[in-house]
Amino acid sequence: MSAMAIVWQFVEVALAIALAPLFTGWIAQCRAWMQNRSAPPLTQPYRMLRKLFHKEAVLAEDASLLFRAAPYVLFGAMALAAAIIPSIVTDLPFARAADAIALIGLFATARVCQSLAAMDLGTAFGTMGARREMMIGFLAEPAILMVFFNAFLLFGTTTLTGVVDGSAAHPSLIDPGAIFAAIGFVMVLLAENARIPIDNPATHLELTMIHEAMVLEYSARHLALIEWASSLKLFNYATIGIALFLPWGIATHGASVGAVFLALAALLVKLAACGAVLALIESLSAKLRLFRAPEFLAMAFLIAVLGLLVHLLMGANACA
Amino acid sequence: MLESALVVELLKLLAAGMLLVSFAMLATRRIQRLISLFAWQGAILFLSTLLVAHDAGLTELYFSAALTLALKVVALPLILHKLVRRLDAQQDSERLVHIPATMLAGLVLVILAFGLAQPISQLATTILRHTIGVALAVILLSFLMMITRRKAVSQVIGFLAMENGLFFAATSATYGMPMVIELGIALDLLVAVYILGIFFFQIREQFDSLDLHHMESLKEE
Amino acid sequence: MEILLLLGLPLAGCVALAFFGARRYAPELNAATSLATLAAAVLLTVRVTRYGPLTAGGEQFYVDSFNIFLVALTAFVGFTTAVFSRPYMRAEQRHRKLSARRLRLYHSMYQLFMGAMLMALTTNNLGLLWVAMEAATLSTVLLVSLYKTRASLEAAWKYFILCGVGIAQALFGTILLYFAAARTLGHEGMSALLWTHLYAVRAELEPRVVALAFVFLLVGYGTKVGLAPLHNWLPDAHSEAPAPVSAVLSGLLLNVGLYAVMRAKTLAAASIGSVLPGRALMAFGLISALLGALFLWRQRDIKRLFGYSSIEHMGIITFAFGLGGPVANFAALLHMTVHSLTKSSVFFTAGHAAQTAGTQQMDEIRGLVRISPALGWGLLLGSLAILGMPPFGLFTSEFLILTTAMRADPWATPLLLLVLAIAFAGIFSKVQPMAFGESAAPRLPHSSAVIPVYLHLALVLTLGLYIPPALAACYHAAAQLIG
Repeated sequence: MSAMAIVWQFVEVALAIALAPLFTGWIAQCRAWMQNRSAPPLTQPYRMLRKLFHKEAVLAEDASLLFRAAPYVLFGAMALAAAIIPSIVTDLPFARAADAIALIGLFATARVCQSLAAMDLGTAFGTMGARREMMIGFLAEPAILMVFFNAFLLFGTTTLTGVVDGSAAHPSLIDPGAIFAAIGFVMVLLAENARIPIDNPATHLELTMIHEAMVLEYSARHLALIEWASSLKLFNYATIGIALFLPWGIATHGASVGAVFLALAALLVKLAACGAVLALIESLSAKLRLFRAPEFLAMAFLIAVLGLLVHLLMGANACA
Repeated sequence: MLESALVVELLKLLAAGMLLVSFAMLATRRIQRLISLFAWQGAILFLSTLLVAHDAGLTELYFSAALTLALKVVALPLILHKLVRRLDAQQDSERLVHIPATMLAGLVLVILAFGLAQPISQLATTILRHTIGVALAVILLSFLMMITRRKAVSQVIGFLAMENGLFFAATSATYGMPMVIELGIALDLLVAVYILGIFFFQIREQFDSLDLHHMESLKEE
Repeated sequence: MEILLLLGLPLAGCVALAFFGARRYAPELNAATSLATLAAAVLLTVRVTRYGPLTAGGEQFYVDSFNIFLVALTAFVGFTTAVFSRPYMRAEQRHRKLSARRLRLYHSMYQLFMGAMLMALTTNNLGLLWVAMEAATLSTVLLVSLYKTRASLEAAWKYFILCGVGIAQALFGTILLYFAAARTLGHEGMSALLWTHLYAVRAELEPRVVALAFVFLLVGYGTKVGLAPLHNWLPDAHSEAPAPVSAVLSGLLLNVGLYAVMRAKTLAAASIGSVLPGRALMAFGLISALLGALFLWRQRDIKRLFGYSSIEHMGIITFAFGLGGPVANFAALLHMTVHSLTKSSVFFTAGHAAQTAGTQQMDEIRGLVRISPALGWGLLLGSLAILGMPPFGLFTSEFLILTTAMRADPWATPLLLLVLAIAFAGIFSKVQPMAFGESAAPRLPHSSAVIPVYLHLALVLTLGLYIPPALAACYHAAAQLIG
């Protein structure tokens, strides 16, 4: 069983790394459809990565070790995060070592690393992007913590695998607070992944960009790793959301191989749906001015707190 | 029994949805979106009344659910939309004071509401007893919304949303008021909206705007 | 039967005037309807004083000694106001301030307003009470905005929003009361909303829920009474409405609001079994009285001035009801009566004075005694009466309230005296120049509009010297009931 678990663990991480660009491509395609544009092929992100890996890396003269190491750290952190999130199975050996709070720490590490690297060269855009990124990050973190607390409170555990196991044990339970938590989570997801109300992943407009400003100085394989890491981050957020709010179908402890394949199929369907919904939200909303971003995230935080309140006040029916 | 437990779960979910709509109303700037949110609130109210009517087997409640559907989901939003169109106010949006601060105040009100509703919830025997706090919260949040708005139309929507909360409270605590009284209340509401509709035009005629901050002549200096 | 007449006549008048309200004879029709209503009220009063409390219409209506004198008072002031409004509104129409169509609206809504108030007073059903109160609000919103000026629209809007919010609180209070009662009386029929049934089981109601319900009802209906801090609508509405409407707002609507509060208080005090409801009333009353008196000083508009005076008086009455006990309640009921009569007469004269001067600014109204002696003396005497000068009825009631307060709650007495002193100085210093100041305006012919003023003042004077035994018995019985 243990050996099997380790196998699944690696399969899961490999799957996340492999599927992440596809997920990004899927969202782009949905958006294109919704906006009546002709869509780029689904494999566009892969082609992009291949192109970048084949190019020769150019580094600025005064780039330090930090600048060069950051893409690798970023990618590593995201891959590690993927190992903790139960996307198809919950019997993950890695997940035992780190709970969801550690997961947030992992994301924070990646963010700090990226911001430092962006400031490393001392260019105006890099510094500006890093400052904005840190601002978004420090506002988003409490919000996502609150979202996690909602689930933790319901199932009495701080690990995502525990949450999924718990909801599998009580399939009929619908917590009213979960609506609020889900909305707060989507808002954080949009902010954290440089999606539309906060940042536009498709432009290079100096005044508004956040994520793009930080990676301006990167090229070739470094840029490829960063892009891959950011699509992995989006993928991770999506699987976190699925684990928290749509956990049906994920294979729990001691499930058979067939169940795991079923879980994989369920995951693909859910991801497709999530991607479509994200694209829809992005198409419907307009980008907020940067100084509205704190307001947006404060609202996400308050909505998550409200979820907690509703859960606690409206006759808690936790089953921990 | 199992079915009843499911109904309770569903009702709680609907109540949470209602609270969410109230908060969304607090944070919405666009008037047209406000009206659709109001319609949504009415729809949730209708669904939960229907569920309760089904569970408790009360024909009276079916009638009041129908009344809700007719008045609050269809008629009032339609009238409001029409009014807004006639007033050319579709694109109106409000400058709101700091939304997170408003929402924080709303959060405090929610806690207050649940605190106040505690003794009632303990005594109530309806299957909705856990949601009385939500009903009171919706009332208080609508009140907050009326305070933070400067546009005439949004204040009226706040007033109507408050009535939704009251209706929900009546259903939650005692399966609704007697039918005659509910009809009377509905009639009053309809007349109020009608009068206010006339008012909008008069106000706009006099002030060239539906913005109420022009209305500051009657103040103690 | 009498109740059917009492409620049916104004409604019929409302419908009839909606069609004929623009005709030349409409003011007479309005007054005639009010006279008929008054006759019905008198019949009802005679019956209740002779045979005791009565219920009617399948227990939907209930008249006892508490509301019967209010019914009679409402019908009487309704009639005199209709008489006053006849020449007054004609003059407004002559001055082109109102079109015939607006006048039709005015007459129709006036009758609807009277009908709604009488309904609120006579109903036994707390739900119907709410519906009637809301109807009264809606009809007066239209009356306040009658002139369609900026200021009147603003006043009406404020009035609607504040009272709408207030009345929503009252509805929540009503729901809570229904909830508490349904636990003992059951959901069948409407018995859990009927005041008589509620009163019968008052000791079995759940005290915590009733306490909460009372708070909401107090705040809700208290808004209509003009209790601080939700009093803002009152001075605006009074200053912008036509004078007859200001008179009935101040003289009648505030009373009806207070009546609703007191019905709730009677239940709550018995159910909770503590002095807390009374204390709440005292606190609200005292604060309102102080606030009203202090704001009197800053007024320039004559109708606003008396609007604040109404807040002050309502505060005093609420305080007296809060004190409780036979004497204080007696005084409060008497004060309700005489205040209603005096304040409406004051609004008649104030409105008339403003009409002749063409402005409501007190600085520009001067020398009324010389220009039109009947008007000037009417205003002066009315103001003296409202300030509680000895021969008038308000002196009696205020004196009773003060002495009771001195015995029961000595700390409140200086505050009350302060209120009266501030109000005296505030109003007298403003009315005196209006009555005696220098003016170059020509002498005006005698106006019939001042007849109701002297009728009211004569009644107030009579009540100050002698209270008829039947009325005293009615007050005593009501005071007993309120507890």
